[in-house]
Amino acid sequence: MKNWIKRYRFFLLTLLAMLLLTLFNRTLGLKALSITGNSIGEMMLIIPPIFVLLGLLDVWVPRETMIRYMGEGSGLKGILLSIFIGSAAAGPLYGAFPVAAVFMKKGVKFSNILIFLGAWSTTKIPMFLFEIGSLGARFAITRLLIDIPGIIIIAYFINRMLSKKEIEEMYAKAKTLD
Amino acid sequence: MDSIIFYSIAGVLLILSFFKDKKKTKMALKKAWKAFENILPEFLVVILLVGFMLAILDADTISGIIGAKSGWFGVILASIIGSITLIPGFVAFPTAAILLENGAGYMQIAAFISTLMMVGVVTMPVEIKYFGKKSTLLRNLSAFLFSFLVAFIINLVV
Repeated sequence: MKNWIKRYRFFLLTLLAMLLLTLFNRTLGLKALSITGNSIGEMMLIIPPIFVLLGLLDVWVPRETMIRYMGEGSGLKGILLSIFIGSAAAGPLYGAFPVAAVFMKKGVKFSNILIFLGAWSTTKIPMFLFEIGSLGARFAITRLLIDIPGIIIIAYFINRMLSKKEIEEMYAKAKTLD
Repeated sequence: MDSIIFYSIAGVLLILSFFKDKKKTKMALKKAWKAFENILPEFLVVILLVGFMLAILDADTISGIIGAKSGWFGVILASIIGSITLIPGFVAFPTAAILLENGAGYMQIAAFISTLMMVGVVTMPVEIKYFGKKSTLLRNLSAFLFSFLVAFIINLVV
């Protein structure tokens, strides 16, 4: 119980602040709470299949397979696969972080994890179709064409900025996260 | 719509897995739950903050700030707004279309969309939990700067 309170203390504090806000400014507070309710509904809709797929991936796909396709020495194949998996995803970016943790556990190369993260954030296929519909093909295609090299360059840049030790620590931590 | 596809894939694979190995399937579900519960406190904080932010920043407020004549100053403001808000794509794109109709510029909208999708200030606590501070800061900062390039090129092309 004590542990539970400790883990959720920031949530409880934020909730309390929100309720106080509602007392002082009813309109704004209620609006914020109703948007929060919508977001939780959306999260509950999107998140379950992602985590189920994650669990299945963790149990069924051996580490060796993941290393072969996306690990050190996976080359262009690994890059393309990372872009593809990230682009096929659904849901907001924070859904990608737990996936990245499982990738770390399975020995996926760090630059490929960053590419996957970049693709998830901005080149998602369903979103791309939606973007064409709302903002026009010229806008959407131009953005896609800049984003793909951009994602790869950013991934390699971050990878270079981190020391081997820092990346190893991150991978060690990912093992404790499930 | 795409959540239906995801549910179908997850459902079919789960059934297949169950017939192949009940014990492993149970383990997979246990892992799924643990991974979710592990991040739930951070998720909840983020969602509350987003609710608060969206209550303050509505479409009218945003279009007032990033009009077509606002130039690079508008691009910077659009990037900042995009970075701190977290709006799902199927809301963001139609909103962006409305903003364009109401006088926002393509360059500013490109910066807004790009940072909205790639930079997540409110989700940083979650990201740090997985990637650590340095990597998180580097990723968000590079994505923020990259969005200016996106805005610049969109402005030339569209």
